Amino acid sequence: MAFLKSLVPFFGFVAAYALVAGLVENSYYQLMITLVLVWACFGLSWNMLSGYTGLISFGHASFFGIGAYTTVLGQVYFDISPWILMWVSTAFGALAGLLIGLPTFRLRGHYFALSMLAYPLAMLYVFEWLGYQEVTLPMKRESAWLYMQFEDHRWYTMVAILMLTAIVVITRQVERTRFGMALIAIKQNEAAAEAAGIDTLLWKLRAIALSGAIAGATGSFYAVVLLVVTPASVFGMLVSAQALTVSMFGGVGTVWGPIIGAAFLIPVGEILHAEFGSRIPGIQGVIYGLAIVVIIIAAPEGVFWKVRDLLRGRAASKAIQADEEATAAAGPAAPPKDEPGAFQPACSKRKISGEVILEVRGLSKSFGGLRAVDNVSFTVQRGMILGIIGPNGAGKTTLFNLLNGFLKPDSGEVILKGQNMVGRKPHVICAAGAGRTFQIMRPFARMSITDNVRVGAYVRAKSESEALEFARRAIARVGLADIADRQASALTTKQLRLMELARALASQPEILLLDETLAGLGHSEVNDVVNVIRGLADDGITIVIIEHTMQAMVRLVDHFVVLDHGAVLVDGAPEDVTRDPQVIEAYLGKKWRAYAQG
Amino acid sequence: MTEAQIMMESFLQSLAAGLLVGAIYGLMCVGLAMIFGIMRVINFAQGDFMMLGMYVAFYAFTLLGVQTIFGSYVGPYVSVVVAAPVLFLFGYLIHKLLISRVTGLRTAALEGEGHYAQLILTLGIALILQNGGMILFGSQLVSVRTPLSSSAWELGPFWGDFVSIFVNKGRIMASLFSVAIILALWFMITRSRLGKSLRAAADNPEASTYVGIDVERAHRIAFALGTCITAMAGGLLATNYPFHPFVGLEYVIVMYAGVVLGGIGSTIGAFWGGMAIGLVQQLSTLVLPTQLQNSVIFVVFLIIVILRPQGFFGRVVERT
Repeated sequence: MAFLKSLVPFFGFVAAYALVAGLVENSYYQLMITLVLVWACFGLSWNMLSGYTGLISFGHASFFGIGAYTTVLGQVYFDISPWILMWVSTAFGALAGLLIGLPTFRLRGHYFALSMLAYPLAMLYVFEWLGYQEVTLPMKRESAWLYMQFEDHRWYTMVAILMLTAIVVITRQVERTRFGMALIAIKQNEAAAEAAGIDTLLWKLRAIALSGAIAGATGSFYAVVLLVVTPASVFGMLVSAQALTVSMFGGVGTVWGPIIGAAFLIPVGEILHAEFGSRIPGIQGVIYGLAIVVIIIAAPEGVFWKVRDLLRGRAASKAIQADEEATAAAGPAAPPKDEPGAFQPACSKRKISGEVILEVRGLSKSFGGLRAVDNVSFTVQRGMILGIIGPNGAGKTTLFNLLNGFLKPDSGEVILKGQNMVGRKPHVICAAGAGRTFQIMRPFARMSITDNVRVGAYVRAKSESEALEFARRAIARVGLADIADRQASALTTKQLRLMELARALASQPEILLLDETLAGLGHSEVNDVVNVIRGLADDGITIVIIEHTMQAMVRLVDHFVVLDHGAVLVDGAPEDVTRDPQVIEAYLGKKWRAYAQG
Repeated sequence: MTEAQIMMESFLQSLAAGLLVGAIYGLMCVGLAMIFGIMRVINFAQGDFMMLGMYVAFYAFTLLGVQTIFGSYVGPYVSVVVAAPVLFLFGYLIHKLLISRVTGLRTAALEGEGHYAQLILTLGIALILQNGGMILFGSQLVSVRTPLSSSAWELGPFWGDFVSIFVNKGRIMASLFSVAIILALWFMITRSRLGKSLRAAADNPEASTYVGIDVERAHRIAFALGTCITAMAGGLLATNYPFHPFVGLEYVIVMYAGVVLGGIGSTIGAFWGGMAIGLVQQLSTLVLPTQLQNSVIFVVFLIIVILRPQGFFGRVVERT
């Protein structure tokens, strides 16, 4: 029901649009009305991949062109109706998506974007060389309807409206389920997504296949509307650029973006062309370009987000202010406050069982000549808090990356609950019960805390409602329940750290790997987070935490592993480790060793 | 002439053509690398900056009287030198007025670090330049004519009395100029204080601000310099190839392919990337129809990038 409700504005728009289209008889304007929808569909196709995953594609013309050529060539050579060919084009578009995605997803960022540019251009010249410089759809006078050849152009608009509606419904459906969540997680931080149990390659392939399918269908319809196809008009760089333009202009990562972009840009472009194009050729392009430049300087994230931020701006800033006052008055919600510096024994009511949950044996990893992790071995018993400390550059994060599968060790074993995990992908290791957080936080700024955390829940949750339930519980455990609906962009560093913790918790881990969770926090904030972590341990979650400052750790952990230059320096209880001359030397230099001993 | 000799001859001829055109592509790519490598901004208008360079050189040559003062042999190259500061200033202003609004520290809070805005902004600029160019310059083909471009040196015979190749004098001159510009730039980047601050700003903008480098200014100069270098490549190209206001589209892709092949962030790598593109383009004609020349560039580009994503000279830097 909520889903249908969220679509009400869209159906309102579609109804109004259909009404206006129905009134226009002039076939030139009708064509324009149809093309707005075509480019909106194409923009949505682009948005499906690039808007949600953040992998910008400059080559969506590949799928568009394949759809268009499938349809014209299918009708020319096999006399098949476009009603059927549209579905064939959809399938070919999806297939092309998989074939292109499989090798190209090895690349990231700019490399991905620019490589995508190469595909349609390579195809363009191939189609030219094959002799398909200009292919026209044969006219069918007798059975025009069967071949989607309408005399009254309004019918094209109606077909386009149906297409757009279908695509919008699909997009919204993706947005609100684990599919969309997975894509958004990939966008914010692919590594973190993988660590949260998301099979990133699989989801990216699904996204590009769906995106390719939509583009294929759109290209097919475009060919039917225009009746003629040339390589440049469907594979050209301007076609790919059109998808980017309408989406980015309107706003990325929302169904409304491409629709707003197309509804504004296409008519403006066409009208300028008709009004000025004949008098001063080129002036329409200049004005169009100027319009884009001016609007993007004013609204760098697109029209939709700008308008939305303006509408919400005032309300939100007031709410945050009120909220902060409330928190300040109430003080930290977390249980007993430790006096800073007070040495409290770490174990309160915690039971450390004899069972070994994680065992690391002889783990080594070199980068070039540098041995970042050198023959490291230790064991973690279920229920304990293990602290891994060491100066900067000691190999702590590399060690974590080996443990959760980002890196493959050169030698050694990582045994989690009796199974060797070496060579497994991070999402598999997450599913096996090892959650992790990161030193560098990258939350999805526009999503609420709940949604941010929900991303982490899918690895365990079987349904959407269960995922939400896991997320709620995780948020409550870290003490963020009161502000669960707040946007991540409005959070403090401490709240972000706790949110990260909640995300890792949402995957229901048995063991949590925390990478410098206390970094960048003030003194009292450290205490709050330490208390939360202690609470988790009391609930039976095993914790391995990395820090380079020892102070807070001494009060938290049951056992220390000290790393220096990639190797284990000392392994022991907190009291012993802090007095160990080797540790003091590693941290403070030789000079202090004498002091410590004296 | 035996079959082997014929093959040898056409191979050498294509190799020479590839090296000559590759040297100019290389210069174009170096210009783009200054912008893309240092600022990580995808500039779709780079090809149109080059187009502007071509027209400025053209009008300097014909209207400003460079041709009458320096003659048709030296004149075209003087025009290129005249065009350079004009385009430097142009790039400087474009960055100051437009690009800087969606790049640098200001974008930290934006979705996708402002990449979306940068892309669409440069697309808009490209549209304005192409169409504005058509209004101002007209759409007919023009070129900076030098008699050198219609004469050639014969090299060889290398194999008995046969196997000799012809190299166009105009292209040789253009390539030599191109290499000279790159050497000068390389010297500037590695030796001067400005060059050091540019490299620092490219490597780590945030850290650069802490050590007192004005990153905003470094970016502005890099952008201006990149515009100016690509424009000079355009001016050199204009002595051999006729052009029109939409010529930028054809080359912007070659430029990006070259920069990515060379490894993003490596200036000298970009030159070799451009050279590789030139060679692939010319050598492919030996085995494939000319129409597929450009397809081959893209396919080779894809294969290399997918196998070696960091490019010839790039490094892999990934942090979690």
